[in-house]
Amino acid sequence: MSEQKKIYWKGLEQLRNDESFVQHAHQEFSNDESDPGHSRRDFLRMMGFGISAATLAACETPVRKAIPYVNKPVDIDASIPNYYASTYINGGDYCSIVVKTREGRPIKIEGNTLSSVTKGGVNAQVEASVLSLYDDFRLRKPKLGDKAVSWEEVDKEVIGKLDAVAAAGGQIVLVSNTIISPSTFSAINKFTSKYGTARHIQYDAVSSYGVLKSNEESFGVAMIPSYDFSKAKVIVGIACDFLGSWHGAIEAATQYASTRKLDDGKTEMSRHYQFESNLSLTGANADYRTAIRASQEGAVAVQLYNLVAQKLGAATVSGGNDKFAQLENAANDLVAAKGASVVVSGSNDKNIQVVVNAINALLGNYGTTITTERPALVRKGNDEQMSSFVSDLESGKTKAVIFYNCNPVYDHPEGEKIAKSIAKASLTVSTASSEDETASLCGVKAPDHHFLESWNDAEPRKGSFSLSQPAITPIFITRQGQESLLKWSGVERPDYFSFVKGNWKAWFYNASGASDFQMFWDKCLYDGVYETAVTSSALKFVGNVSGAATALTSTAASGLEVVIYQSYGVGTGAQANNPLLHELPDPITKVVWDHVLTISVKDAAALGFTNDGESNTQLAELSVGSFKANVPVLIQPGQAAGTIGISVGYGRTKVGRVAENLGVNVYPLMKMVNGSLSRAVVSGVKLTNTNASYQIAQTQTHNTYMGRDSVIQESVLARFQKDPKAGRYEPAISKWDDKVAPGTLSLWKGHDYNDHHWAMAIDLNSCTGCGSCIVACNVENNVAMVGKDEVIRRREMHWLRIDRYYSSDATVDDLRGLEVASENPEVVFQPMMCQHCNNAPCETVCPVAATTHSTEGLNQMTYNRCIGTRYCANNCPYKVRRFNWFKYHDNQKFFEVNPAMNTDLGRMVLNPDVTVRSRGVMEKCSFCVQRIQSAKLTSKKEKRTMKDGDVVTACQASCASGAIVFGDINDAESKISKLLQVEKNPERPNGIDKKIGNPRAYTVLEEVGVKPNVFYLTKIRNKEEAKA
Amino acid sequence: MQVTSTLRETLVTGGKSVADVSHDISRQVEGKPTRSWWAAFGISLVLLVFGAYSCWMLLWHGVGVWGLNKTVGWAWDITNFVWWVGIGHAGTLISAILLLFRQRWRMSINRAAEAMTIFAVICAASFPGFHMGRLWLGFYWALPLPNTFGSLWVNFNSPLLWDVFAISTYFSVSLVFWYMGLIPDFAVIRDRAVKMGHMTRARIYNALSFGWDGAAKTWMRYESVALILAGLSTPLVLSVHTIVSFDFATSVIPGWHTTIFPPYFVAGAIFSGFAMVLTLLLVTRKVFKLEDYITIYHVELMNIIIIITGSIVGVAYITEFFIAWYGQVDAEYYAFYNRATGPYWWAYWSMMTCNVISPQLFWFKKIRTNLMATFILAAIVNIGMWFERFVIIVTSIHRDYLPSSWTMFHPTIYDIGQYIFTFGLFFTFFFLFAKFFPVINMAEVKSIIKSTSEKK
Repeated sequence: MSEQKKIYWKGLEQLRNDESFVQHAHQEFSNDESDPGHSRRDFLRMMGFGISAATLAACETPVRKAIPYVNKPVDIDASIPNYYASTYINGGDYCSIVVKTREGRPIKIEGNTLSSVTKGGVNAQVEASVLSLYDDFRLRKPKLGDKAVSWEEVDKEVIGKLDAVAAAGGQIVLVSNTIISPSTFSAINKFTSKYGTARHIQYDAVSSYGVLKSNEESFGVAMIPSYDFSKAKVIVGIACDFLGSWHGAIEAATQYASTRKLDDGKTEMSRHYQFESNLSLTGANADYRTAIRASQEGAVAVQLYNLVAQKLGAATVSGGNDKFAQLENAANDLVAAKGASVVVSGSNDKNIQVVVNAINALLGNYGTTITTERPALVRKGNDEQMSSFVSDLESGKTKAVIFYNCNPVYDHPEGEKIAKSIAKASLTVSTASSEDETASLCGVKAPDHHFLESWNDAEPRKGSFSLSQPAITPIFITRQGQESLLKWSGVERPDYFSFVKGNWKAWFYNASGASDFQMFWDKCLYDGVYETAVTSSALKFVGNVSGAATALTSTAASGLEVVIYQSYGVGTGAQANNPLLHELPDPITKVVWDHVLTISVKDAAALGFTNDGESNTQLAELSVGSFKANVPVLIQPGQAAGTIGISVGYGRTKVGRVAENLGVNVYPLMKMVNGSLSRAVVSGVKLTNTNASYQIAQTQTHNTYMGRDSVIQESVLARFQKDPKAGRYEPAISKWDDKVAPGTLSLWKGHDYNDHHWAMAIDLNSCTGCGSCIVACNVENNVAMVGKDEVIRRREMHWLRIDRYYSSDATVDDLRGLEVASENPEVVFQPMMCQHCNNAPCETVCPVAATTHSTEGLNQMTYNRCIGTRYCANNCPYKVRRFNWFKYHDNQKFFEVNPAMNTDLGRMVLNPDVTVRSRGVMEKCSFCVQRIQSAKLTSKKEKRTMKDGDVVTACQASCASGAIVFGDINDAESKISKLLQVEKNPERPNGIDKKIGNPRAYTVLEEVGVKPNVFYLTKIRNKEEAKA
Repeated sequence: MQVTSTLRETLVTGGKSVADVSHDISRQVEGKPTRSWWAAFGISLVLLVFGAYSCWMLLWHGVGVWGLNKTVGWAWDITNFVWWVGIGHAGTLISAILLLFRQRWRMSINRAAEAMTIFAVICAASFPGFHMGRLWLGFYWALPLPNTFGSLWVNFNSPLLWDVFAISTYFSVSLVFWYMGLIPDFAVIRDRAVKMGHMTRARIYNALSFGWDGAAKTWMRYESVALILAGLSTPLVLSVHTIVSFDFATSVIPGWHTTIFPPYFVAGAIFSGFAMVLTLLLVTRKVFKLEDYITIYHVELMNIIIIITGSIVGVAYITEFFIAWYGQVDAEYYAFYNRATGPYWWAYWSMMTCNVISPQLFWFKKIRTNLMATFILAAIVNIGMWFERFVIIVTSIHRDYLPSSWTMFHPTIYDIGQYIFTFGLFFTFFFLFAKFFPVINMAEVKSIIKSTSEKK
C-alpha cells in the first residue's frame, strides 16, 4: 500500500529530511540565513543606489512626443511614403509635380513625367517650394488690421465693405499675378460679375507684356507661342535666358538638352548663338556668345533680320548697320537650317519682339519650332492696366482692392506709390500667405493656403491641364483664396474642391468620352495632367517689321546700362524666405546669400573695383534718377562692357527672418518703354566706387580649371565627328618598359560586386548648370543650410555642387595666367559629388572604419562611428566630403538660416529616412542609399529582382535635361550600361575592372587611380575647329 | 715609437668634485623658488588658462571655432602636432642613440632633453585629441579595445591609427627611461634631506626614488635597464616621425604623397628637437648657474647637429621640387609651384630662410660658440620648422586637384589659443620639473667627473 501512497513535499530538504530541515520544521519560514536585519553596509549600499538613481532620474532625456493614430487613416502607413500628383503654381510660374509625403507631411517634390509640358522637369524653385510650406513667417490666422480674427469676421468685414463700395459706385479691383488656373478664373469671374464695378488686373513681376503686344501686332492675337527647341538645329538667343529664368525654362531645358546629347551614335547637335549683356545660364551654354549692350538688342535683331532677309531674298529694313561678332555666321546657319531653327528674344520691347517674329516667319519656323496653336498661358500680365490701376489708386478712384496672392508693393516698379496711396481705399485685402510688403499694408489679411495644401487646376499651355491636390491638411487657419473669392461673391458654403471638380465635369468630362465621371476624375487626379485637343489653326505673320525696325534705330546709348535679371535662386523674390534658394549658389557667379552687381572687367578697371581670390570687393553706389543703393560689385567675365547686371528678388523688407533686408529692391528701376516694362535702364545710370570693403559669400572662388585635362575634357563637334574620342585625355603611368593606363597597376585585386554595381553617368553636354539637383539633394538628404558667414568660411554643406569653370586665354604653361578667366569665356559646368571610388582614398585613412565600402560599390559613411578626424576629407581628391563644424540642428545660431532643423514647423520637412547629422561627423553624397534600400525592399516584397529605373537618385530625378543617369552596371540591360557601353571582363563579370566602351566617358582625375563610379561624358561644343 | 693620445675634451668645467655636483644640482630643488621662477611659472599658468578657455570653447561649440574649411581640414592643429612631436625627438636621440654611441657629452643635457621630450609629446598628443569632431568618442574608439559593437575594430590601414600606436609607445618608453634615470638622483636629494633634517622632503623623495639603496647590485641593474631601454628607444627615434610622415606620404594629395617624407621628417624632427633643447638649456644654465656643466662645448656640438640636419632638410626641400618638375604631373607640379609662388609664398620662404639658410651660419665657429647667436638661431629654427609643417599641410591641400575647391585658410583666435594652450602646458610642466626635479643627471655626470672634468 505504501507504494501507492503519494507523498507531497515542499522542497528537496523535506524529501531528504535533512537535519537542518528538521531543526527548523516548526517555524513557518525557513531561516537559513543569519540576521535578516539591515546592516550598515546595506544601508550605505541602498543609500548609494538611491542617490545615484535619483540623480540619474533627474537627468531627464528630452521628451519626444510621438502620438499614435487613434484611427489610422487607410492610406497612411508609418514609414511608407505616399505620392500625389499636383501642380506647383507661383504667380505665373508653373510645374507639374509629384509630391512625396511621409506620415501626412510633404517632404519632397519631383517632376511629373506624365506632363507633356514639363515632362518631369523641375527647377530649383520648384524643388525648394516644399520648405516654403513650413515657413515660420506664414500667417497663422486671418487678421483684420493687426488683430487675429475668425474667418466669419473677415467675411463680414469684406462683404460689408464691398457692398458699400459697389453701392457707391466705387471701383473694386482684384489684382493678381498671371492666373493660369481656369477654375480660379471662373471664381474670379463670379466675383467680378457679383460686383458691377469690379475688375480683375493681372501683372507679372517680370513682365512679358511686350511679347503679348508684339504677337498681337504680328498675328492679331495677344499670346505667347510655345517653343519646341528639340526641333531646332540652330538657336539664336537675343538676351533671352530661356534655360534659366525664362517663363518656359523647364520645358526649354528639356528640349534643348535633347539637341545637345550625343548618345546612341548621334553625331549632330544644335548650334546655339547667344547675344546678351549679362552672362546668363543660357549664354554659358551657348556655343557662341557675343556680349552686347542692352541698348543694342534691337540693333542685333534688326541686323539679323536684314542678314537673313538678304540671304532669302526678302526685303530688308532700315537700320541695324552695326556689326556684331558672330551675327553673320548666325544668319548663315539660320538660313541653312530654315524651318528647323529658332530665334528668341527675352526683351519686353514689342518692337524687338516683332522683328524677331519676322525673322522666325522668314525662316519658316512657325509651325515647326514655334507653335501658335498651343500658346503658353503663363504670362498674361498687362503693364498698362497695372499702371492705370496705380494711378486710380493714387487718385482715390479705386475704393476697394484685393491683392490676390501678389505683392506689388515689392515687385512692381510703382510699388512705392501703391504703398503710399493704399490707405485711400476703404477696403484693402491681401490673400498672401504671409504679411509681406503689400499684405502688411492691407486692412484685411485673408491668408491663402500654400499650394501644397490646395485644390487647383492649371492650364500652362492651351489644351494642357494640370491638377493640384492637397498633400497635407492646412497647417494653419488659412483658407483657399478661391474659396474666399467665392464666399465674397455670395456663395454660401464655398467648396473649391467641388468647384474645380464641377468645372472639369463641365469642361472635359463630356468631351473625353469617358463612361463614368468619378473614374475620369480619379484618373485625372492620379495622373495630375490632362490634355484636350486644340482645334485653332496656325496664325500667319502680318506684323509691320519695318515700322518696328525704324522705332528701334533711335536707341544709341553711350553711358552705363543696367540690365535687370532674375536670380536663379530667389527668382522674383516671391520665395525669398526660403533658405534653400539663398544657399543655392548662383550657377554663374556662385554667390550665395547675397545681392551683387556684376560689371565687366573693363569697367571694373575704369571705376577702380577689384575682387580678390576671397571675394573681397567694394560697395558701389548705383544711382539712377532718384534711385540710390549700395551694392557689392562682382567682376564678371562675359559681362558686356558698359553694362551692369543686377537681379530682382532681393531687398525685401517684410519677408521673415531669412532674407529680410538682404540686398536692394531693383524693381523700381523697371520703367515703361513702348508701353511695357523694360528690364534695361539705358540712360542716367551712375556707378561710383564707395571704396567701402565688403566680402561676398561664394561657394567657388577659383574660376578656371587651370588647363587640367583630367578634370574637364572637351572638344568641338567637327573633331568629335571624326573621332568620338576627341577631347579625351588618357593619362598613362610609366612602367620601366611600357606605359599603361592608371589603375591597371594595383596592389589590390579589386572588389567584386556580386549583386549590384551602382554607377552614375553625367553628360557635361546636356547639363545646363541650373542647380535644381543641388536643391533636390539638399531636401532629400536633410543637408544643413549654414548661412552667409559660414559660406565665407568655405563651409557649405552641399553634398552635390556644380563646378563652374571659365576658359582662360593663357597657355597651359602660364600657370599664373591660367588663373585669370577670359574676357568672354567659354563656360563648362561639372556636377561634382562623391565619386564612390572603387579604390576610395577616404576609406583607407579613417582610423575607426567609419567610411567603408559596400558590396555594391558604394562608399558608405557611418555617422555613428565617425569621430571627425577629417582625414578622409583631406585625402579626397574631389573634395566632396563635408564636415559638421557645428551642431546645425537645434542650435540658436543657425535658427535663421536653417529653419528645417531648428523650428518645430521647419523640421516637418525633414526626410525621416535620412539621419540628421550631429556635430563633429563627416558626411557626403550616399548615392541616395535610402532610395536604393527602399527600392530593394519594394522589389523583395513584389518577389522580383530589381529592374532598371527602380532607383532614381534625387539629383537624377530633378534634372530637367536628363544629364544624370544612375543605375546598375552589373545589369547589361540598364540604361547606364547601355549609355556607357559597359563591357564586362568575362573572367570577372562582377569585378570592378569593367571596360567602359563609350568613347566620351571619362572619370575625373583618372591618373590618381581611385577608380570612381561616376563617369562624365565629354563636353562637345558645336563650334568651328579653329575656335576650340 | 711613441703613441700620443689626444686630450679628451673637457665636459665639466670649474674643477668640480663629486660633492660639488650633488650640491650644485640639488640646491635648486632644495631652495625656495626664486622670484624669476615664480614670474616664469606665473606666465606659463596664464598661457595655460587662456589656452584652456580656447579648449573649452572648442569642445563646447565644435571644431568650427577654428578657421578650417571644406578644403583645408587640417591646419594649425596638425601643424602644431607634428611640430611638437618633432621637438620631442631630441630627448630620446640624446639619451638613447648617443648613449649607445658612448657620447659622454650627452650626460649633462639628457635629463632636461628627456623631460622636454615627454612634455612635448603630451602637447603634441593634445592636438589629435582636440582636432577630432567627437573627442568624447574618439579618444577610445581609436584604440583597439574589445567592444560590444559587434565587435568593431579600428582600421589598421589608417596611418592615424599607426600614429596612435607610435606616439603612445614613444611616450611610454620615454617616460620610463626618463623616470628611471631620475631614481638615483632622487635618492641623492633624499639623503641630503635626511642630513638637513627635512624629513617630509626625505619621505617624498624616498618614495619617488622607490627606496633606492645604492647597492652595487642595484647599480648594475640600473645600468642594464638603461641599456635595454636605450636599445628599445633607438628605433623609436626613427619610427615615430616616420609614422607621422605616413599621415601625409600615404595620402593621394599632391605635396603630401611623397616617398622621401620618412627620412626628411626624421631629420627635421632632430633638427627642431635640438633647437628646442638649446633654447631651454641656454636659459636653464643661466638661471640655475649650471655653466660648468652645460658648457660651450655642448652648445657647439648641438649646433653641429643642427647644421647637419638642417642641410638634410634643405636637400629634401630641393628634391621635392626637382621631382615635381621631373615628374611632370599637373597637380604635383602646380602644388610645388604654388608653394613657392602662390598665396602662401611667405610661409614657404619663411621656412626656407629659417631652416635652410640661417642655420648655415653655424659653419662659422664664432657663431656656433656664441650663446646669444645660438639662442636666436635656435628660435629661428623652431619658427622655421613650424612653417615647414604649415607649408606641407596647408599649402598642399588649399589648392589640390579640383580648382573649384581651392580656398584659403585663416586662423581664428581659437586656433592660436590652442597653440598657446600647449605652450602653457609645456612650460608649466617644464618649470615644475626644473624646480622639483634635478635638471642634470647627477649620477651620470659624477661618472665622468674623474676623467673629463677640468682640474682645478
